[in-house]
Amino acid sequence: MSMDYREYILDHYRDPRNYGRLENPTVHVEDSNPLCGDQVSMDLLVEGDHVTAVRFQGRGCAISQAATSMLTEMVQGKSVEEVVRLGKDDILEALGIPISPARMKCAFLGLRVLHKSLVLAGLERPEHDDEL
Amino acid sequence: MQDVVEVHREPRSVEEIRRDFPILSRQVHGKPLVYLDSAASSQKPLAVIEAMNAYYRSSHANVHRGVYEISEEATEALERARTKVARFINARQSKQIIFTRNTTESINLVAYSWGWANIKAGDLIVLTTMEHHSNLVPWQLLAQRSGARLEFVPLTPEGLLQLDVYARLLEQEPKLVAFTQMSNVLGTINPVKEMVAQAHAAGAVVLVDAAQSAPHLPLDVQELDADFVCFSGHKMLGPTGIGVLYGKRELLEAMPPFLGGGDMIRSVSLRSSTWNDLPWKFEAGTPAIAEAVGLGAAVDYLSALGMDWVRQHERSITAYALERLQTVPQLRIYGPVAEEQRGGVVSFSLADIHPHDLASILDQEFGVAIRAGHHCAQPLMEHLGLVATARASFYVYTLPEEIDVLVQGLRRALEIFQV
Repeated sequence: MSMDYREYILDHYRDPRNYGRLENPTVHVEDSNPLCGDQVSMDLLVEGDHVTAVRFQGRGCAISQAATSMLTEMVQGKSVEEVVRLGKDDILEALGIPISPARMKCAFLGLRVLHKSLVLAGLERPEHDDEL
Repeated sequence: MQDVVEVHREPRSVEEIRRDFPILSRQVHGKPLVYLDSAASSQKPLAVIEAMNAYYRSSHANVHRGVYEISEEATEALERARTKVARFINARQSKQIIFTRNTTESINLVAYSWGWANIKAGDLIVLTTMEHHSNLVPWQLLAQRSGARLEFVPLTPEGLLQLDVYARLLEQEPKLVAFTQMSNVLGTINPVKEMVAQAHAAGAVVLVDAAQSAPHLPLDVQELDADFVCFSGHKMLGPTGIGVLYGKRELLEAMPPFLGGGDMIRSVSLRSSTWNDLPWKFEAGTPAIAEAVGLGAAVDYLSALGMDWVRQHERSITAYALERLQTVPQLRIYGPVAEEQRGGVVSFSLADIHPHDLASILDQEFGVAIRAGHHCAQPLMEHLGLVATARASFYVYTLPEEIDVLVQGLRRALEIFQV
């Protein structure tokens, strides 16, 4: 099957992990994909050199929301150093299905929000954000 | 140069028409292409492709200045295309046809040239909430610069204009009224002739966005009596990069130029210039000559089919689509129920499946091309309480069998999403 919205993608879409808001986040960022109106907001709590908590909210297609849900699992409890290094390949690997060029923006929306958050929190240089 | 146009006198079968469109025989993802996105851009018949090729092969040179043979041929080809377009929409004179890049540029031309000269602080511009961004943003820019006010005709739940509100807004004596003849999202066909007459009675100038209607409905600008009518070539079997602004002559004559440059001037000195006659006053720089030739071939093709036939075909394919789509569980259709109030456009949503996921499944598993998103009409989406819809749109080459493939794909999407 060429387009398998595999079960784990639908599972993340229907039952997103780390969904909601944090009470006292270090940083809160929202972004949207103007093409299709997909929206993602993210709260990060950074304590010491670790991201100790992450929550997201959003609406949009299965790809954008599942990819963000998967991303939060990669972020939760990791060191800032590891989180800064998360990139497009990590998202594509997690999704595990071919993503057409037109859908790349959907797949990377959560990643863009994450890196904007890290920049805003002063944990990352702004350049990293540009390529997303 | 000879026209590469076949004239078909008999109504032809859709199967036969499809053979004129080379792209329709290709496959995508191993499936025959089912192209249901003609409202975004139509496909092109061989007659159009070959007319452009023939022009480049035999007659290309710059226009309106060469004194040699092929430049004269190029000029003649450009001006012949203008005449064809004028006839197609029943304009009184071909000088009322200004070639632009597309509908968007045509509307911007009016907003800048006519708007700048005529709209002042406190003036009222009336639009509708179903407008495409291209008939919204140019007026926002004009209002911001001039201090004019914008008011909007709202929609009924079904997606028709609230004409009682329109009448009340006209009592405030707007300077300009601009609206679409056919919604690119809902397919709603607005009662343009009546709306123009009412606006004129209130003293307003009227611009009609015909981007969706010119390709699909018989269009008679004298009968509609609109002051400006704008449309694009690429949605009506023609190439990209060419659009049309039709205007009433007195208005066009009185308007200052939009873009400055070559071709639009009569004489130039270092500090001032005088303007060329219509239509060239508004066509600065070398125009899209081959594209105009292609548009000329496109209107020939449509005229040979007959715009009444085009409308009739689309009415029946739309009726079939509405009927078949209603058999899909959890599918919701937006827009007017009565097919005479609707063009060949159907927007819908399916359960809680995002339109982009739907479009991906239809593309990758069924070779079906539909549009998914806000369709450049975000205020309308907001009115519908939606972020996006899926949209299937039809044209002269659409077959009922293609609707069946769409429906099959939608059922499959329900399975995949387990709803």
